[in-house]
Amino acid sequence: MTERYVVAIDQGTTSTRCIVFDRRGQLVSLAQQEHKQFYPKPGWVEHDAAEIWRNVERLAPQALRRAGITLDQVAAVGIANQRETTVLWDRRTGAPIGRALVWQDTRTDSLVNRLLTRPGADVVQQRAALPLSTYFAGPRLRWMLDHTPGLQERAERGEVLFGTMETWLIWNLTGGLHVTDVTNASRTNLLDVHTLDWSPESLRFFGIPRAMLPEVRPSVAVFGTAAAAFPGVRIGAALGDQQAALFGQTCFIPGEAKCTYGTGSFLLLNTGTELVRSDNGLLSTVAYQVGGAPAHFALEGSIAITGSLVQWFRDQLELIASAPEIETLARTVADNGGCYIVPAFSGLYAPHWRSEARGVIVGLTSYITKGHLARAVLEATAWQTREVVDAMNADSGLTLRTLKVDGGMTADNLLMQSVADVLDVPVVRPLAAETVSLGAAYAAGLAVGYWPDLEDLRRNWHRAGQWLPAMDPARRETEYGNWRRAVERTFDWIQPA
Amino acid sequence: MPGTVQSIERAAAILRMLAGGPGRLGLAEIARSLDLAKGTVHGILRTLQHVGFVEQDRGSGHYQLGAALLHLGTSYLDINELRSRSINWADPLAARSGEAVRIGTVLEGRVLVVHHVFRPDDTFQTLDIGTLLPLHATALGKVLLAYRAERPAADLDRYTHRTVVAAKELAAELERVREAGWGADVEEYTVGEAAVAAPIRGYGGLVVGAIGVSGLVERICDSRYRPQPKLVGYVRDAARAVSRDLGAARR
Ligand SMILES: Nc1ncnc2c1ncn2[C@@H]1O[C@H](COP(=O)(O)OP(=O)(O)O)[C@@H](O)[C@H]1O
Ligand SMILES: [Mg+2]
Repeated sequence: MTERYVVAIDQGTTSTRCIVFDRRGQLVSLAQQEHKQFYPKPGWVEHDAAEIWRNVERLAPQALRRAGITLDQVAAVGIANQRETTVLWDRRTGAPIGRALVWQDTRTDSLVNRLLTRPGADVVQQRAALPLSTYFAGPRLRWMLDHTPGLQERAERGEVLFGTMETWLIWNLTGGLHVTDVTNASRTNLLDVHTLDWSPESLRFFGIPRAMLPEVRPSVAVFGTAAAAFPGVRIGAALGDQQAALFGQTCFIPGEAKCTYGTGSFLLLNTGTELVRSDNGLLSTVAYQVGGAPAHFALEGSIAITGSLVQWFRDQLELIASAPEIETLARTVADNGGCYIVPAFSGLYAPHWRSEARGVIVGLTSYITKGHLARAVLEATAWQTREVVDAMNADSGLTLRTLKVDGGMTADNLLMQSVADVLDVPVVRPLAAETVSLGAAYAAGLAVGYWPDLEDLRRNWHRAGQWLPAMDPARRETEYGNWRRAVERTFDWIQPA
Repeated sequence: MPGTVQSIERAAAILRMLAGGPGRLGLAEIARSLDLAKGTVHGILRTLQHVGFVEQDRGSGHYQLGAALLHLGTSYLDINELRSRSINWADPLAARSGEAVRIGTVLEGRVLVVHHVFRPDDTFQTLDIGTLLPLHATALGKVLLAYRAERPAADLDRYTHRTVVAAKELAAELERVREAGWGADVEEYTVGEAAVAAPIRGYGGLVVGAIGVSGLVERICDSRYRPQPKLVGYVRDAARAVSRDLGAARR
């Protein structure tokens, strides 16, 4: 019998990956390609959806070739994607309309402020269990309809389609299937989390024609069969990348949590089939839905800028040549020298939700070297994690005992030690750094019966590394105090027009 | 002149020009001075840029000597980058072999552990990234030594009765490593433990590190005290996968 495999497409913010996994959930081959980031104005971030699809088409055969396998050995393909990024395209030609607006983009700032004062805003926020925010896809879609001449009319006539990245990819993979999954749909401000379908009130509130929206499906279910990239292979799953990572870490039991360190960082806590609303600045989100079973929910602490601060250090300041060199540079000094960087590039997300905040570097003196700045870059990620963990502990009434981590930044040893130090709990990395992809693969494999059940997946989880806290408690408190004062200095920077 | 390579000569000429000039130079300027086609010069510049000998200014597109030229004597690959680039392949190696994985590079005559993956049995283990190990008594170290021009230190420490300390014996052992493409240590550093390692190569085949597994000698070795071929295969596959990601040619 020839061995069979599952393939994941991880369509991330900085790059797209195609990864082949074996039955034990181990990576067999990987093909990866970065795509272009467009920054046309301060606060604007765009992607070219056509480029991203071309990358998927190129990466698919590459991943199979590197694994030395053929299409008929692929049991299923699963998709994990950057969330909230908004794509519009022409139903007939399939060509994207304008660039995709990325989740970090804050152009909807004043639009959101206006929407918040409108009657019905509270109902919309209640339905979606989300605050109205520049973070989510709904306001972006409204913005695009407002700023492209004739688009609203074309959308009403059903000529224009909306999707987040998984919708765009499935549409291209299948040659015209227009669907989304509940996790991605729960990041639009448009979903009713109780019915798990588009909320008619919310659509009316935003003035969005139903005709342009995809059909909402469970995350783990056969969506259709691919005609391109993986012709003949069934698409078994689609999830937002953070939900996929939760799945890949096999956090299936209420109370289990993980934090993924990539472009941004996201702490998700499984709250079971019950939707929990936060009193401390966390989001409620759909975690996953397996077939027709009830959906699982999660509390989420979203941090917009972590790895992208490292990228900024590399690409905009040009102080390092590659992201991992941040650690080398940081190790040239013993501490931050009194310097703190709060990367409120897109405002601050959880737990503050301050869209008018902008980044600061504080504590500058002639003593500060680029080494201290590099320390401050890494510590910014650690302290932002501390803030969302504190919020999570307050909401759940429980205290986090260990933090499960994954994502590209977990290769940074100094960072992982800092996270353990500032949280004062052990930080654990599983034997699979690419947990986003693994989650998509697990979900797709479950959908087609490649893996029998969730319990089987849990047995694949093993500890690959662990960092234990080693910071003096008094210093921790002082540093946290400094960090909080630095954060306050970012507030109210952008003034209402 | 039989036996000379034209493109290397041209590359040398470009480097001399960049070293001699007052500042950054543009492609057209270099091509004109050397009387070469722009396409030819561009290809050479891109290769030099790839190996770090030349850097290109993002704004103007002009070229200058790269930082790597100033540090020719030291390792060209940042150790944290080596960890980042190999992490995806170290995990499957640990899963398949069932043993702990380490990646090492040379630092001042010793092996510096730059990455460590626990043995996947969920027992308590501690990360030993940053630890220094002897070159001559470990599989990682022997592999690193085998591909270096420098000679091992004269008086080698003995850790167990199996540690190779005689210069001649070690030289023969390193020759075996080069021939086989992998190395082992069987109770040469710690009694009861054995290890297998293979070289990680960067561009041009340059060995930039070693990756290996280690564990109890009865798990690593067969009844004749030799590393299990299956394990050796896993280690070499992982080393090749990392090397390919680092841009080494396929071999
Ligand atoms: N060793 C490192 N230290 C710090 N940051 C790193 C390191 N390696 C990668 N990164 C950062 O991690 C991010 C890439 O992680 P990844 O999980 O691939 O992100 P995403 O899926 O969001 O694209 C980049 O922003 C990069 O700057
Ligand atoms: Mg990702």
